[in-house]
Amino acid sequence: MRFSGLRVLREGLRGNRGWRPHWRDASPRPAYDAIIIGGGGHGLATAYYLAKKHGAQRIAVLEKGYLGGGNIGRNTTIVRANYLLPGNSEFYSHSLKLWEGMEEELNYNVMHSQRGQIVLFHDDGQRDAAIRRGNAMRNQGDDAELLSVADLRRMVPYLDYDQARFPIRGGLLQRRAGTARHDAVAWGYARAASDLGVDLIQNCEVTGVDVKDGAVRGVQTTRGAIAAPKVGIIVAGRSSQVAAMAGMRLPIESHVLQAFVTEGLKPCLDHVISFGMGHFYISQSDKGGLVFGGDLDFYASYAARGNLPMAEHVMEAGMTLMPMIGKAKVLRSWGGIMDMTPDGSPIIDRTSVEGLYVDCGWCYGGFKAVPASGDCMAHLMALDRPHEAAKRFRLDRFRTGRGLMDEEGTGSQHNLH
Amino acid sequence: MRITCPICGARDRREFYYMGAAVALDRPVPEADAAAWNAYIHERDNPAGLTRDLWYHEAGCGAWLVVTRDTISHEVHGVTLASDMRAGG
Repeated sequence: MRFSGLRVLREGLRGNRGWRPHWRDASPRPAYDAIIIGGGGHGLATAYYLAKKHGAQRIAVLEKGYLGGGNIGRNTTIVRANYLLPGNSEFYSHSLKLWEGMEEELNYNVMHSQRGQIVLFHDDGQRDAAIRRGNAMRNQGDDAELLSVADLRRMVPYLDYDQARFPIRGGLLQRRAGTARHDAVAWGYARAASDLGVDLIQNCEVTGVDVKDGAVRGVQTTRGAIAAPKVGIIVAGRSSQVAAMAGMRLPIESHVLQAFVTEGLKPCLDHVISFGMGHFYISQSDKGGLVFGGDLDFYASYAARGNLPMAEHVMEAGMTLMPMIGKAKVLRSWGGIMDMTPDGSPIIDRTSVEGLYVDCGWCYGGFKAVPASGDCMAHLMALDRPHEAAKRFRLDRFRTGRGLMDEEGTGSQHNLH
Repeated sequence: MRITCPICGARDRREFYYMGAAVALDRPVPEADAAAWNAYIHERDNPAGLTRDLWYHEAGCGAWLVVTRDTISHEVHGVTLASDMRAGG
């Protein structure tokens, strides 16, 4: 399936009857060389890079629902590389570079828009922290610019600069950051993987992981047993359940994170704006809706919907920052299930079971990680050694205490990030 | 979400501070090995369904509560004072 302007015109005149599915809806075969559990962004990207870069032949992606129906279908689409700590810094830098080549690589319009992200600060201490972070970003080879209030007033005149509680003193801008069309990322990787021979198997829930003599042998599913010497668990908020099938407990607690979108408005918000003090961030989708969110609800949840207190908190923070959005009507709110680790950083690693790998713990930042997570997980599964950009995402860092990546500096414990 | 504090009655979720899985009731002895402490501090069952959380009634009586709750529906099934749980073993 390829797109062109001419094709769109022709199909429009013919009632759009000529479009064909982007990928094969495969049925499971009895055995594969590698199984990816989870048909979300990370799983599909992993399958794609396994086939593309490592020439893996027989790969299956098992998805309990439909492709791209989890967090890749319900996030706030922000892509950035503004991390401070070694480990995260090189990984997200790698990811942003993959984003910049993604549309060409996949021949798919993911509407990647590098509109810039502005992180606001409100006092001298935060200005120092922003400068430090900006320098770390530049040392990593990415871009960062410190904005004065005068710069900001020119770029985003609609903020309430002189509010009493958090007067705005400047911001840190990353011009290469931005947004992308989240569903298209899943569809693009799905189509590209399917074209390379990957079997994308939907409505196929994994119900057991077969382990014998300390090595993985395959999985049990609602569509029968499937054998494979290598299995990757890439299931975000459900990581604990799948890992438990192999007798493992993960350092993960699943939480709900809410997001909101307003009715479509004319273009008014040109950047991604993060207001950390208020736990609020916002951008405008190409359809015109203001897409915004805040912090976790802060209790373990698989409900994929939140409660009113956090919705109120987010709206209040938005009104504090930019009163102009007060008349916009909120259309929808939703929640995603976040796989939270104690230190707030992810895990891409082997497990105690040979041939069984985990890619999880993305907390609330999984979307921007999709290409690099796929690349690094595929590297790990194919070669059995970590990718250079993800070698610090170790599962054992919590047990040993070595290499913890506590980006927010709040401590390596659950419920602090 | 409302939580019925055994001392104060049914109250809004805003009054309570969430302190995670109720593992704190089974704290390892100080000389326990690293694996036991790792299991206690980091590893979680993280159930999809019934779970037991610790909540602190911050804006109320200040009691520590063990809340039996469904993580899929957010339904609260039972609330016990943590001090009673400890006393009862």
